[in-house]
Amino acid sequence: MAPSPTYAFSRALWGRALRAAKRVRVLRLAAFVLLAIAGTTSARADEFSTLLSDLASSSFADKERAVIALGRLGDERAVGVMTALKDGRLIKAPDGRILVSDATRLTDPVTGADVSGVAGDTADRIRVNNRLRGAIEGALGELTLFSSDPAARLAAAQDALRHPFADQAARLEKGIAAEKDPAIRAAMEQSLLASRLFAGTSAEKLAAVRALGTTTDPQIKNLLDQFRAAPETDPDLRQAADAALGSIQNRLRLVGLAASLFEGISLGSILLLAAIGLAITFGVMGVINMAHGEMIMLGAYAAYVCQQLFRSFLPPAWIDGYLVLAVPVAFLFTGAVGVALERSVIRFLYGRPLETLLATWGVSLILQQAVRSIFGSPNREVSNPTWMTGGFDPIGGFTITWNRLVIILFCLIVLGALALILNRTRFGLHMRAVTQNRPMASVMGIPSARIDALTFGLGSGIAGMAGVALSQIGNVSPNLGTIYIVDSFLVVVFGGVGNLMGTLVGALSLGIVNKFLEPVAGAILGKIVVLVAIILFIQRRPRGLFALRGRTAEAGA
Amino acid sequence: MVSAYHSTLRKSAWSPGFWARFIACGVVLGVVIPAINLWIPSNSAAALPDYLIPLLGKYLCYALLALSLDLIWGYAGILSLGHGAFFALGGYCMGMYLMRQIGTRGVYGNPLLPDFMVFLNWQKLPWFWWGFDHFAWAAAMVILVPGLLALVFGWLAFRSRVTGVYLSIITQAMTYALMLAFFRNDMGFGGNNGMTDYKDILGWDVHQPATRLGLYVASVAALGLGYLLCRFITSSKLGRILLALRDAESRVRFLGYSVTNAKLFVFTVSAVLAGIAGALYVPQVGIINPSEFSPGNSIEVAIWVSVGGRGTLSGAIVGAILVNAAKTWLTGAAPETWLFVLGALFVTTTLVFPRGIVGLLREARWTRLRAPAPVPAGEQA
Repeated sequence: MAPSPTYAFSRALWGRALRAAKRVRVLRLAAFVLLAIAGTTSARADEFSTLLSDLASSSFADKERAVIALGRLGDERAVGVMTALKDGRLIKAPDGRILVSDATRLTDPVTGADVSGVAGDTADRIRVNNRLRGAIEGALGELTLFSSDPAARLAAAQDALRHPFADQAARLEKGIAAEKDPAIRAAMEQSLLASRLFAGTSAEKLAAVRALGTTTDPQIKNLLDQFRAAPETDPDLRQAADAALGSIQNRLRLVGLAASLFEGISLGSILLLAAIGLAITFGVMGVINMAHGEMIMLGAYAAYVCQQLFRSFLPPAWIDGYLVLAVPVAFLFTGAVGVALERSVIRFLYGRPLETLLATWGVSLILQQAVRSIFGSPNREVSNPTWMTGGFDPIGGFTITWNRLVIILFCLIVLGALALILNRTRFGLHMRAVTQNRPMASVMGIPSARIDALTFGLGSGIAGMAGVALSQIGNVSPNLGTIYIVDSFLVVVFGGVGNLMGTLVGALSLGIVNKFLEPVAGAILGKIVVLVAIILFIQRRPRGLFALRGRTAEAGA
Repeated sequence: MVSAYHSTLRKSAWSPGFWARFIACGVVLGVVIPAINLWIPSNSAAALPDYLIPLLGKYLCYALLALSLDLIWGYAGILSLGHGAFFALGGYCMGMYLMRQIGTRGVYGNPLLPDFMVFLNWQKLPWFWWGFDHFAWAAAMVILVPGLLALVFGWLAFRSRVTGVYLSIITQAMTYALMLAFFRNDMGFGGNNGMTDYKDILGWDVHQPATRLGLYVASVAALGLGYLLCRFITSSKLGRILLALRDAESRVRFLGYSVTNAKLFVFTVSAVLAGIAGALYVPQVGIINPSEFSPGNSIEVAIWVSVGGRGTLSGAIVGAILVNAAKTWLTGAAPETWLFVLGALFVTTTLVFPRGIVGLLREARWTRLRAPAPVPAGEQA
């Protein structure tokens, strides 16, 4: 069954509306007192006062009737009274008046005026029990269903779902007829269906059960569970409820799968960005660059510096553009660092991979400490530009955030550009020639030393761009690189050295497997399982998934 | 002919000169230093305060760890970036014994369960903690756990000819996986807090200076024996095979030697040595926690070996002690410079003097021996 788009939309709005509704509730009491002063018709006022005095009745059944009647009245002053009653702040003065007590003062709910001269200890607190509390919440929900504030209406619609009172259906129907906002109407419709489960003709119940089977809301699932378990439900309806629950279950499973898949692709794209540069330097030059993680870190700091420059020197409206500048800046800066590193250290160590490993580890320590000395060790915050904040909910139940989506796209662009450079440019041709047979390439006149420096610069520059991407999903700190270095190496080794396709497949499969294992085994155990699996995999295929074959490949590693 | 060559090698490895140097070093480390600590009054300038003894002991444990790495890296060309894992496993076995010795003196006073298990609501002692109240069992585990892990890991890796960088990376993945595992609270090893607050070892209070001196002397003995074992291995026929496979693995294989078995043997021995080092380390520093498994620690061991001189057993010991002494001094005097210094050490040792300190000294001695004898002045003209 196709997911209902209106429902998905309403889910996205609810979170925001709920937060607004909380704020609204605090202000509500004061607002209603003012409204009351402004005056309502006297007939309604009379009925209001009568019901108010019924609240002080000694029988809980009478109180409950009064509460329900007050809720139906639609008088907005009743909200303050109900809230006070629920919190135990409604008192009966010795002269019979019902008053709302705050911490500092007493108010007459009918007129909204302050009352003095009633001693606190002469008044009786009007007591409530749990049944009454339920009725109060239902009544409050109904009252706010017609509030002028959309956030309050939405909150009421959701409250109605939480307490599906039997006699709510009519009120919700009225609410739906009056409602103009489609999101709120969808929420109300949902609640209406829920209340029909508990009050309605068999046909209505059946229709409600069927319609509710298309959601992924855990609350509705609970309601359906209750409905199914209730002894008065007849077998036909129970069967329909089973079917609806089954379909909710399937839908939840689907949402879970989709969420895992998206998270996996997102993690995979991050791993891929982190590992591409490494794949180039490792594959082409046989260099184990342990400082690769620090190149990522430098890229992230480049993004931070760009952001700070925009903040201090450019008009605030331009701030969203810093990221556009940060990508080339990070690429050029880390690329330059990479070339410098190759010229000063690595070129002396060709053919000795284990020693480059140690030397570049040393470089990584120096870079980390240098950044720590310049920027300090606390995390630096790089904020998302506004066009990358938030997200959308495609099928209901999980959110695709814009920043992760942009990173996936960015990663594809980088990969595509790199493939173009490798296959369509002269530099790429030279690079591939050097990878395949270094001495022969030199003989053919390819300046292999220059190619090495440029290749290393390219790999480092890509790491820098990965750093910009990472700055968008987490904090920037001097040890950002160490988090990714082990993973990037595993991606490269798993995928096979010197092969972009291998790196792509390696990164994506590691990311997805990791995220699919997480719900089953937990985040850390899942990661351990993946590590062990890679260790075992390398026993089977010591050169990775897509291995280069031939004599030079053997000798190179 | 080969065997004749061999016997000369063996003779030179165990010459009286070697024994004299070895015993001299042993006496200085194992007798003179304790004697200074015990008998020179603390107000004298030559005194060795009590707090330095566990520090020196710690350096010796690091030296044994470096020695174990040098055995496989310097001689067999296997750069393990996960040797810290074997060290930490040995340490955890000892830590478990020490935890069981606390008995009812813990914060919760539970006679059976260590404090962290009471805290995490464990009802009974998990099976892998059985027997750790006996020192003999713990000591056996110190050898067996790292040894078995190395045996299985090595068998898998060497059998399928995972070599060079690939081996380095999967050993790093191994220690990383173990670190993540030991950080979990429900593993039953104290989670990220690790194990600490030890009371006594074999009935002696671990905080007493005398016990600490005993542990120090035990570390000297372990290092000495470990050194002799490594020297025995490297000067044997197996040692020659290791050197050969380091330089041309395929050729050794084609000559009919079992490269896999040779590597597996030396890798396992090395892991056991690392485990013993870890076991002696824990009571002297008083804590073991999962950060000992961190990949950075294991790489640091490689730099100790490099600085001292890989492929020379004494170099590993010298390097470990020098680098760690420098670390202690610098992290106290100017903490922010330590990483710069360590990083520079990594770069310069690999670039400028890849043979390390001991290598440089030997080179100097060789050139002196080889230099033509100066012609006596009288014979000129």
